[in-house]
Amino acid sequence: MTSVLRLTVNGRPRADAVADNVLLVDYLRDVAGLTGTKQGCDGGECGACTVLVDDSPRLACITLAVRCAGRRVETVEGLTKGGRLSRLQRAFHEKLGSQCGFCTPGMIMASEALLRRDPDPDDDAIRDALGGNICRCTGYVKIIESVRAAARMEEPA
Amino acid sequence: MHGLPEFHLLHPATVAEAVAMGQEEPGARFVAGGTDLLVNMRRLIAAPPTLIDLTDVAEMREITVEDGTLVVGAAATLAELAADPRVRRTWPVLATAAGTVAGPTHRQVATVGGNLCLDTRCIYYNQSEWWRWANDYCLKERGEVCHVAPGAPRCWAAFSGDLAPAALVMGAEAVVAGPDGARTMPLDDLYGDDGATPFRLGAGELLTAIRVPDPGGLRGDYAKSRVRGAIDFPLAGVAVALRRDGDHLADLRVALTATNVRPDLVTGTETLLHGPLDDDRLSALERLVGKQIQPMRSTVTSSQYRRRVAAALLRRLVAGLFAAE
Ligand SMILES: Cc1cc2nc3c(=O)[nH]c(=O)nc-3n(C[C@H](O)[C@H](O)[C@H](O)COP(=O)(O)OP(=O)(O)OC[C@H]3O[C@@H](n4cnc5c(N)ncnc54)[C@H](O)[C@@H]3O)c2cc1C
Ligand code: SF4
Ligand code: FES
Ligand code: FES
Repeated sequence: MTSVLRLTVNGRPRADAVADNVLLVDYLRDVAGLTGTKQGCDGGECGACTVLVDDSPRLACITLAVRCAGRRVETVEGLTKGGRLSRLQRAFHEKLGSQCGFCTPGMIMASEALLRRDPDPDDDAIRDALGGNICRCTGYVKIIESVRAAARMEEPA
Repeated sequence: MHGLPEFHLLHPATVAEAVAMGQEEPGARFVAGGTDLLVNMRRLIAAPPTLIDLTDVAEMREITVEDGTLVVGAAATLAELAADPRVRRTWPVLATAAGTVAGPTHRQVATVGGNLCLDTRCIYYNQSEWWRWANDYCLKERGEVCHVAPGAPRCWAAFSGDLAPAALVMGAEAVVAGPDGARTMPLDDLYGDDGATPFRLGAGELLTAIRVPDPGGLRGDYAKSRVRGAIDFPLAGVAVALRRDGDHLADLRVALTATNVRPDLVTGTETLLHGPLDDDRLSALERLVGKQIQPMRSTVTSSQYRRRVAAALLRRLVAGLFAAE
């Protein structure tokens, strides 16, 4: 069945006709045109598709879009304000937390969820929060350093 | 977009509505967090025409304590269970087990009911449509033979949820609702002996809650072995609960997951009570568990590895719980 899905994506209200079987990752990429969110596996294994729903991390590849009715969905694109990178985006760039970049949107959104609930996480808390996000390139050390660095930075005004 | 087969999603607000929808819609499946079912649907392992979403059923979301009994709604999330201060204080083994399921993002939506009713798993089954097609599928789904044990016409896929063994050793009961009303039974009775039809739930029946009695002096713990410590399903999981009376073992319960078709509450542990926990007793316990554990070649590791790792976890848990006082 198709119904009208109303929600906000990166702060903007939207209304789209969406079928019950559409996954959030496909809605974001193909309907909303936000291709920052990646699909890295065939379902639930890698974390590349992590987005925020009401500030809490979700795997968009195993979330039904219609289950987000009335909610605030945020993707990596939404972190950039007026063309300025957020502190996490800047830290991943400066501390080499990103190499090929495929896992990066998911890593950043899972880290964003962590920093919103715990502004000063220790390394164990960072490791726990990113436990479901898999990176083929970095070996994770630089990712943890990036999150630690971001926690010490101010968000751009 | 080609993510999922088509279906119709229903949103009951009460258990009664959910049961009625289950009766009216042939082939309907319940869905909660969807972290298992939607993965299987992506792989075309399941293609139900109707999904009944349990996450808005408010009466199934609560965690309460009634006269010392913990009541956990089946739609409560594993993150909520693992963080609940009452659970952490009085039934810590449940919080520990819930906290080891999948990764932190899964646990935000994964539910207690979905974990206890998790479909059984096997390397020949949890694969893409293309992979399964190339292998002629298998007995559990569309195919003719079991690739794990081709001789016998049955499925050995292993129940691999982490919460069930922890709930079993704490004496949990399952509360089930269906067309004939609600019933409460030992959690153990929810599980059957065939990997292809693992749950003893009638048509349209759903799990609404579990009830876990006051532990008294019983203390429990859970440990699992897995490929990657951060995210994977158990290769073998062991829950132990025991009560110590001075130097003696006064109660001992052991349950296993990921080793058998069902989460297995080991029988016969009472024969090991009323003595000190010496090496003889630990060895006798290991032999007892060794007779009931049944790992088959259904995971990426060998059966022998899972036997040995289960025995090691068992010894470590029993010794740790006995010493911790
Ligand atoms: C990468 C990955 C790793 C994972 N690792 C683990 C792990 O380590 N340990 C583990 O235990 N699980 C693991 N899982 C599986 C899954 O995430 C959890 O078991 C989770 O708890 C399932 O709950 P859910 O609410 O998402 O279930 P759903 O997917 O919604 O449902 C699962 C099954 O239960 C049925 N069901 C749901 N609720 C009810 C109910 N109230 N009554 C009757 N039937 C019901 C559904 O019909 C379905 O068949 C993993 C999954 C992934 C993708
Ligand atoms: S145990 Fe056999 S029948 Fe069951 S899922 Fe595995 S291969 Fe299929
Ligand atoms: S794409 Fe969602 S977890 Fe891999
Ligand atoms: S940077 Fe390449 S996968 Fe992480």
